[in-house]
Amino acid sequence: MKLRAARRRKQTIFRRVVVGLISLFFALPLLGMVEFTTRAPGGGRTLDTWATLFDLGAMDQDYPELKAGILASAGLTVLTVAIMLVMLVPTMTWVRLRLPGMRRLVEFICLLPLTIPAIVLVVGLAPVYAWVAYLLGESSLWLAFAYVVLVLPYAYRALDAGLSAIDVKTLAEAARSLGAGWPTVMWRIILPNVRTAVLSAAFLSVALVLGEFTIASLFSRDNLQVAINLLSKRDASLAIAAALAALILAFVVLLAMSFVGTGRRSQRPEEN
Amino acid sequence: MAESPTTRASTGRKPVGALLGVVPFFAYTTIFLGIPTLIVVVGAFLDGSGRPTLGNLSALAQPQIVSAFVHSTVLSAVTAVLGAVFGALLAYAVSTAREGGLMRRLVASLCGVLAQFGGVTLAFAFVATVGFQGFLTLWLQKVGIDLAGSTWLFEPTKGLILVYTYFQIPLMLIVFLPAVEGLRPQWREAAESLGGSTWNYWRHVAGPILAPSFIGAILLLFTNAFSAYATAKALISQGSPITPLQIGGTLSSEVILGQENIGKAMALGMVAIVAVIMTLYAVLERRTTRWLGR
Repeated sequence: MKLRAARRRKQTIFRRVVVGLISLFFALPLLGMVEFTTRAPGGGRTLDTWATLFDLGAMDQDYPELKAGILASAGLTVLTVAIMLVMLVPTMTWVRLRLPGMRRLVEFICLLPLTIPAIVLVVGLAPVYAWVAYLLGESSLWLAFAYVVLVLPYAYRALDAGLSAIDVKTLAEAARSLGAGWPTVMWRIILPNVRTAVLSAAFLSVALVLGEFTIASLFSRDNLQVAINLLSKRDASLAIAAALAALILAFVVLLAMSFVGTGRRSQRPEEN
Repeated sequence: MAESPTTRASTGRKPVGALLGVVPFFAYTTIFLGIPTLIVVVGAFLDGSGRPTLGNLSALAQPQIVSAFVHSTVLSAVTAVLGAVFGALLAYAVSTAREGGLMRRLVASLCGVLAQFGGVTLAFAFVATVGFQGFLTLWLQKVGIDLAGSTWLFEPTKGLILVYTYFQIPLMLIVFLPAVEGLRPQWREAAESLGGSTWNYWRHVAGPILAPSFIGAILLLFTNAFSAYATAKALISQGSPITPLQIGGTLSSEVILGQENIGKAMALGMVAIVAVIMTLYAVLERRTTRWLGR
């Protein structure tokens, strides 16, 4: 007992020191951004940059590309998560139920993007996107097709963990024997049971899409990061403020999603 | 009664019917993953007019391309090890905190953002901190240390290591935390009840259990840094000291006649290096899974 108490005290000290030091390393560049965006020309402090950033009307007028980028990224986030879920959840469930022999192949394909750097994918995607632009138009939204490929490994792992935790086969058979069609099984049986996994797959996708720069920039399409990078060529201070605001927004979104996910789990403590 | 013939019939057709269910997935991944990969692989062996050639591959021996590959590899290896060591320490520290507590949740969300969100934002953050006009630079100047005297921040073996480590540590926390959480307190108590010290516990119990995950995480971090493009692109405006920037350059600017597909050859080179690393990772992960019985 005494040993354990001593260890706990030691662990607490260790935790505070390590977390403190590493937090300092993480905090310094962020502080740098805050400091840089509040510099006044004379040498004092001013909130002018931030006032400009949140003066939406003027921003829209002077820097229309930022608004376009924000809208494009919002649309891309929704579209990417939607395609990813509509494609992966039924496929992975179906493979578990009817084609267990294909599981390794599907897993291999889903994890493949880890071995193919985004920059390499861009090289190969250029001709494919020439066709996409020809068939669907030049809209930035179609970048979502490539983003789905980028999020495949993370989404696959999250969903696979979720599906492993439930007995897909029994649930589906029970629903089928009660007369449910496959769409009903997917929508009302499987999906509610893997909600935590779906959320965590979506969580990773949102973070990745909001931060994506490589593909959008090389295909000369709009998204948030491309717009911020463009902004930096005109007004460094404003661009840094916009980047910091985007970072904080993404952090708040992810933190909120982490609460939604665990809220569900704590209702059902028997599920691990 | 009426059900049974249909059931039997559908059992007979099962493979074909079942296969139809995975068609959308395979169609999608063929178009957006398979074809691009093929274009890179085949393109690396074609010249500008579509005839087979080995010229692109031999062009990889050009000094600036070799030096970019070396820079990329060294940068990725160093930041993978640094990120892994500090990230593992952080992961262990966080794992001793209460599960489901605010601290864990904050650290997890923050790391999720910083690991994925790096890119452009990160480049700006470091310019604002240790760039020529950064606050740390100005502050250190007052005490006599001059950071603004050189372009160290923009060099792949100096500044980029610092910047990359910034997004490697959070990624390490994300991938390594589950492994550290797998350590059961009972193991430590068992070691203590047998008279083992803290060192004995780490040397003979926790260390061997964590080793495969740790090495696996290093490999994943290596790939992550190796593929990174956005941070370097936003930070470095002149020259292409690392491979991803050079590949990007071949896409956006004119290339020398006869070497149209050199970008594809470089891309193939990157895939080859990453493939070796990921094969090692897959082997290791299989061992980890077996050991932990997960």
